[in-house]
Amino acid sequence: MTAPARKPSPASPRERRYTTVSDMDVDPVYRPESGAGRSYREDLNDPGEYPFTRGAYPSMYRGKLWTMRQFAGFGTPEDTNRRFRFLLDRGQTGLSTAFDMPTLMGYDADHERALGEVGREGVSVSSLADMEVLFDGIRLDQVTTSMTVNCSASIVLAMYFALAEKQGVALDRVGGTIQNDMLKEFIAQNEWISPPRPSVRIIVDMIEFCAEHAPRWHPVSISGYHIREAGSTAVQELAFTLGDGIAYVQLALDRGIDVDRFAPRLSFFFNVHNDFLEEIAKFRAARRMWAKIMRNRFGAVDRRSWLLRTHAQTAGCSLTAQQPLNNIARVAIQALAAVLGGTNSLHTNSMDETLALPSEPAVLAALRTQQVVAEETGVINTADPFGGSYAIEALTDRLEREAFAYIDRIDEMGGMIAAIEQGFPQLEIAEASYRFQKQLDSNEKIMVGVNDYLVDEEPAMDLLHIAPEVERTQVEKVRARKKNRSADRTSACLNGVRDAASNDSNIMPPILEAVKAECTVGEISDVFREVFGEYRDPAWL
Amino acid sequence: MSDRPIRILIAKPGLDGHDRGAKIIARALRDGGFEVIYTGLHQTPEMIAEAAVQEDVDAIGLSILSGAHMTLFPAILELLEKKGLSGVVLFGGGIIPDDDVTALKKRGVDEIFTPGASTDDIVAWARENIRRN
Repeated sequence: MTAPARKPSPASPRERRYTTVSDMDVDPVYRPESGAGRSYREDLNDPGEYPFTRGAYPSMYRGKLWTMRQFAGFGTPEDTNRRFRFLLDRGQTGLSTAFDMPTLMGYDADHERALGEVGREGVSVSSLADMEVLFDGIRLDQVTTSMTVNCSASIVLAMYFALAEKQGVALDRVGGTIQNDMLKEFIAQNEWISPPRPSVRIIVDMIEFCAEHAPRWHPVSISGYHIREAGSTAVQELAFTLGDGIAYVQLALDRGIDVDRFAPRLSFFFNVHNDFLEEIAKFRAARRMWAKIMRNRFGAVDRRSWLLRTHAQTAGCSLTAQQPLNNIARVAIQALAAVLGGTNSLHTNSMDETLALPSEPAVLAALRTQQVVAEETGVINTADPFGGSYAIEALTDRLEREAFAYIDRIDEMGGMIAAIEQGFPQLEIAEASYRFQKQLDSNEKIMVGVNDYLVDEEPAMDLLHIAPEVERTQVEKVRARKKNRSADRTSACLNGVRDAASNDSNIMPPILEAVKAECTVGEISDVFREVFGEYRDPAWL
Repeated sequence: MSDRPIRILIAKPGLDGHDRGAKIIARALRDGGFEVIYTGLHQTPEMIAEAAVQEDVDAIGLSILSGAHMTLFPAILELLEKKGLSGVVLFGGGIIPDDDVTALKKRGVDEIFTPGASTDDIVAWARENIRRN
């Protein structure tokens, strides 16, 4: 298609609405009165003090800079291992793994549904042998690793733990995060095997297992990122993410696990979008809301249980395929907002990500953007520099108020799982996403290079290409391994997983045994399909 | 027969869960007066072709963001031909490089919309190009 023609300018400045990217009306100026009734000690307090509005830690970035963690994964495990080492050599401080769609959906590389998708949107991992190659030369007690995987997370985490054991690293020395947030899958990201209730049961098994054996591991990263990418507003992102968190905490309590044994290991993952002030306010509101929820609703007494620590990623959906160099500016502004909001970890998107997985030069520019923010802008010198700003505090209050109103509605529906089964968060997001698109179509909102400031010619970019041999190589590898292992041991291990799945005992120990016996992602996921059934997209419109 | 509204199947093949675009297009076409059937996620080419037969549609719109478009469009075209549905208009959208757009159109795909296309343009195109079978 040719570029759309430039449309007439929107209404004159006096008539146009001034709204955030989430379509929230903003006052022309905020004054001291907007903070009437707000108490410094109760509502803001110093950084590191309840309710943590101003930051998770007293000295914030003087004490510890945020972790620079670029999400990476493509092709074969060998390809991604090279990218990991490239990033570590250039000053990255943690690893973050992107898996391909078959791995994420619980299929092996040789499954017919994997055809054309192997290694394309992430790295292909079917068995423990792939995991060994992926982390070749990287000691698992020397790095922390984040793994973005959900419905097959129990299997992938078991592989990571098995690999640590092979390296001689004790599980209580292994640190990192696995996303493992299935509720947001049913709300927004849409990767699943089985229906919501058995899916969250596996998550609680993992919370329990990690609390017992891998205390430095974060077993769930409660994620708003994908909710926002699906088109939600900032308020919906806050409400549905914290609503998911409430559901996990309640389920773990129902299992009989003491809240202060697991809550300090829950972590979060938020989006950071273009609307600078709204985003800074969002991170501040998130910390305050979670602190209140954990202390007042769940009665946690350990202050670490009250603390919302979060990773942030710049908004993929804000980037444009048109004039992709402009994305560097967007990412820099978003990164700055995340840091001013007090994030603990950050991924900055690469300028070419609307077109393909990022190329090496694009990834480097993205990582360097974080280093510029950290080393050159001076924003790390003082914690929460926007604290006390009339506008930021008013926005923080408002986001909190509106998000809690959503959480009340979800409680009335019987909690988040019931709300998801009724399609409530899904339809709210679809509505917001459609409204934003209509605002773009009418030029009420402008995206530079998309509906205004167009150019006729776009220079070509060098993009990352995934060679077709990747799929063939991975298919051959997994077939050969299936042939060369003990069939008896494999079926005994899969029976162990089946028994645990059916009788409600913790599913992690038998999965750990199964991956050590080279049982694959697909085979163990098939046990889930058999015992728990398969979930189908209800296709809410 | 000729009084019924034009029916469009919006389909999402592949394993990825990126349905924001598909849902927006489905809503926009519905608001534009078309009857829209949305398959939901994770459809195989066989499931899509079968749905096209069952629902007796006049057009199919595929949303593909996984990079697998050069496999999926031809697979669906072939199945449509096999089922005698060559008259069904096939269009699509997603992150699809220009060279691939040219190749897909040559193979028989009627139109491809890339990022930045407005829903107004897509609805206008559908009014112009989709007829009752």
